[in-house]
Amino acid sequence: MGLEVAANRGATPKAEILAGSPLAIRGMTVSYGQKPVVFSVDMTVAEGSMTAIIGPNGAGKSTLLKAALGIVQPLAGEALVFGKPLRSARHRIAYVPQRASVDWDFPTRVIDVVLMGLYRELGLLRRLRPHHLEKARACLKRVGMTDFADRQIGQLSGGQQQRVFLARALAQEADLYLLDEPFAGVDAATEKAIIDVLKSLRSDGKTVVAVHHDLTTVRSYFDRVFLINTRKMAEGAVDEAFTSENLNQTYGGRLATGQIDQLELAAG
Amino acid sequence: MSGEEFVPLSLTPMLIGVLAAVACALPGNFLVLRKQALIGDAISHVVLPGIVVAFLLTGMVAAAPMMLGAAGAALVSVVMIEAIRRLGNIEPGAAMGLTFTTLFATGVLLLEQSDTSTVHLDVEHALYGNLESLIWLDAIGWGSLLDPVALAGLPPELGRVVIALLGVCAFLWLFWRPLVLSTFDESFAQAMGVATNRLGVALVMVAALAAVAAFDAVGSIIVIAMFICPPSAARLMTNRLEHQVAWSVVFAVLSAVLGYVFAGYGPLWLGFGNAVSAAGMIATVSGVILAFTACFAPHRHRSGAPAV
Repeated sequence: MGLEVAANRGATPKAEILAGSPLAIRGMTVSYGQKPVVFSVDMTVAEGSMTAIIGPNGAGKSTLLKAALGIVQPLAGEALVFGKPLRSARHRIAYVPQRASVDWDFPTRVIDVVLMGLYRELGLLRRLRPHHLEKARACLKRVGMTDFADRQIGQLSGGQQQRVFLARALAQEADLYLLDEPFAGVDAATEKAIIDVLKSLRSDGKTVVAVHHDLTTVRSYFDRVFLINTRKMAEGAVDEAFTSENLNQTYGGRLATGQIDQLELAAG
Repeated sequence: MSGEEFVPLSLTPMLIGVLAAVACALPGNFLVLRKQALIGDAISHVVLPGIVVAFLLTGMVAAAPMMLGAAGAALVSVVMIEAIRRLGNIEPGAAMGLTFTTLFATGVLLLEQSDTSTVHLDVEHALYGNLESLIWLDAIGWGSLLDPVALAGLPPELGRVVIALLGVCAFLWLFWRPLVLSTFDESFAQAMGVATNRLGVALVMVAALAAVAAFDAVGSIIVIAMFICPPSAARLMTNRLEHQVAWSVVFAVLSAVLGYVFAGYGPLWLGFGNAVSAAGMIATVSGVILAFTACFAPHRHRSGAPAV
């Protein structure tokens, strides 16, 4: 599992870690206007792990993901995907943006959105074949949305929309899944469906990285955490890095002590 | 209406009106969905001084210099907007409004001061188009469609708008998937490696191509109606983009044909003596269609993204 992989790697030279890591970020610095949002951040994602990116609002969590994907241009720094520059490794990444970042009134059906995940396979003009549709339907089935294939996307609930986004990412058949707040504003059934899919991806040897808000579920969902508040605050296995001390530092005392005590209790 | 009267006097203006409307409506679908509909307005304003300057420099109304002039004016407008925004510390929307109206006004002044009496280029035509004058004098009836001599006398505007429409269709056909992808979900498209910025610029360039071609037919101001009204009405008819594009073509054709006929014969039916501007009537019809769909179309009630 992810933890053992990470532990084993502890002994290997640094260059080798970077080469083998699904996502290795070095010196990433991003600024919107004058203010740096992400400052000189290093991150090494362990293969086969599930990592939660945690930090307060505006701490640069989403921006870090976007910079790694080349969606925002960093001032400095680079991201290596399976040891290669982004350009030659895009096909190995699936990305789930924040649900609120798109206009759900867009005139399209659920199945069409999932088919967008096949863009790299289809290219500009390749014909859509029955097996493409079958693949898209299989992805919808994995997130429990089979019956909604022909619905207009605006008719879905927030949780259903999030599942469609996940199905689109599944259609990409990637090795590294980057998700931006996949549990934001979804119902309990959807949260369960999504975490089940993510865990099954991990058991297939895939790597999952998600921006995550709910500190109470970190321990049960993820095996690694990455704490960020513009700078990297901590990184490592949940047991080692998800500590009250690190959380206090990351949130700058904005977490009530009661909350942290609860998290400690949850840890048992 | 007999062929001897219809073919020389009405066939080509109607055809040009239809093709221009379709050429604008097609990219308009994407502009409206990207919430960039006013870019069509902006283009139609900036195009005027560009075309006038191109005419003053070359002395002719031809497609290539007009396109170059329009592209040059677009470039100038981008620089002006940035300069006003930074030097004047004015918010972007106001800087854009200022730039486009100023450039348009400059175009009007240039037109009034220059000798354009020999060609169809004056303030009135720039605003309302000159659809009615795009007649085919060499034609004597339907048979002329097969007569090479008569065909050589077709108004050059027809060729221009056909080329623009073909260009628009080729662009949409080739880049349909990345266009849809980047319009719906830009960051996902970028993560997939789509060059969304370049694609966005290309879309605006294609819209400009349609605007320049339509400038002849429906005039600078009314181009905006063709960019916005047919796609917006089409959106209310369906929840699928492919169908929306098809509906927008239907509405564009309907606006052009009905608008042309009503402009020519409507006042007579109502007992008035003179015909009215065809371009004005085309835009009016497209607006009426939009109003009609807003009241009766099947998908006018949309839920958006409901909260959980």
